[in-house]
Amino acid sequence: MPAPGAPRTFDVAVIGGGMIGPAVSLGLLERGLRVCILDEGDDVLRVARGNFGLVWFQGKGFGMPRYIEWTRRSALLYADFAAELKDTTGIDIGHARPGGLELLLGEDELAHRQHYLGQIYQQGGGVDYEVEFIDRKQVADMLPKVTLGEDVIGASYSPLDGHVNPLFLLRAMHTRFQQAGGTYLPHHRVSGVRKDGDAYTLDTEGGSVSAPKVVIAAGHGLKALGPPLGLDIPIRPQRGHIMVTERTQPMLPMPISAFRQTMEGSIMLGVSAEEAGYDDNIDTSTLHTIAARAKRTMPQLGNLNIVRTWAALRVLTPDKCPVYAESESHPGIYGIASHSGVTLAAANAKVTAGWIAGDPPPPEFEAFTVERFHDAPT
Amino acid sequence: MMHRRDTAGERVTINIDGKNVEAAVGESVAAAVLAASAGATRTTPVSGAPRAPYCMMGVCFECLMEIDGMPNRQACMVSVAPGMKIKRQAGARAVGDAS
Repeated sequence: MPAPGAPRTFDVAVIGGGMIGPAVSLGLLERGLRVCILDEGDDVLRVARGNFGLVWFQGKGFGMPRYIEWTRRSALLYADFAAELKDTTGIDIGHARPGGLELLLGEDELAHRQHYLGQIYQQGGGVDYEVEFIDRKQVADMLPKVTLGEDVIGASYSPLDGHVNPLFLLRAMHTRFQQAGGTYLPHHRVSGVRKDGDAYTLDTEGGSVSAPKVVIAAGHGLKALGPPLGLDIPIRPQRGHIMVTERTQPMLPMPISAFRQTMEGSIMLGVSAEEAGYDDNIDTSTLHTIAARAKRTMPQLGNLNIVRTWAALRVLTPDKCPVYAESESHPGIYGIASHSGVTLAAANAKVTAGWIAGDPPPPEFEAFTVERFHDAPT
Repeated sequence: MMHRRDTAGERVTINIDGKNVEAAVGESVAAAVLAASAGATRTTPVSGAPRAPYCMMGVCFECLMEIDGMPNRQACMVSVAPGMKIKRQAGARAVGDAS
């Protein structure tokens, strides 16, 4: 029996109950470790409840080929990950990988996209990049129920792109976590982390916990938690808006980057990017821009009512690529930051967890350092 | 079966699923449909469960019907009009053609 007031002890304390923390935690539980997730309340920025739901490959990794590899790895692990969650929890997260399109309106967009994806291809050494350009006719064949807007001249297509219901994903991961013996601790905002013998003690509003390893997967919370622990990661919020239509008969057989149809029939329209600090209020002019582009791309969408809309704040690093790093000053403390928590969930559960547990880091992680933001340019 | 308490007053003719019926001027489509016939006015998009008007004040969205060619309108929030065409809905609406 621990003394009253003594910290509860675990093998790993994970700070953050969003997309990243629970995914990593599932893999840690699979390895037989005792894991707690320290979460806050519903009054904080809940980035993991604002997702669009893409499991997206094309266009990721500009300037960092390792991020392409990491994204590919997660995309390929996803079907098994989704099946496991369904088998264990009964929750169907709606994963599908039918390939995805980014529709291009006009010659300028096509030229820009060709240049951008071409650079990613070159940076990756010109091998194995599963993206191709298709013309309007090919797009029309892939989307037989869609009348394309007259400006659509083609698309970039990747067979690795897919999508998922992000809220069911979050619920399934939390359900599985508790089912597999994990300890979920809401209202445990971490106020400080201190070295205490061979372990770290985390002081929270709900009492203390102790663990030799700590994973900080706290979204925007990393900004304050990280620097004292050797993880000074310059993340910033970037706002994105999403609109949802009423449910309709199946129309989109595959996600189209900013548009996707859920398995229940709603069509989701996104995805904007604004610098608005920590303001996650809705801006109606942005909604207008999203709706106008949707109608220009697929004029039929103009028939539909919008039933919901929201904005959320991405966790963005300066180069838009993720961070997976162990602190040099505080060994055993790991920081993870990414705006692709949905896409990377499968890799986080299956691979990242092994790294936390003590396996050698996967090769991709050599690029995902903190130092890249602090080294002076040469 | 529901019926109108007030049988006086002006009437209009509307069409529900191809059948002409009398409705009272000023009443909602939902009220007119309930007075004309009991039963479901739609089935849900995902499970196909039957639904009928419930709150009658624009909140619950159970009364969605196709009115004059436009699907998913709140029947309790639309007043009847002469010649109005109303249809029950089965499952999710079609997206329809570009207008």
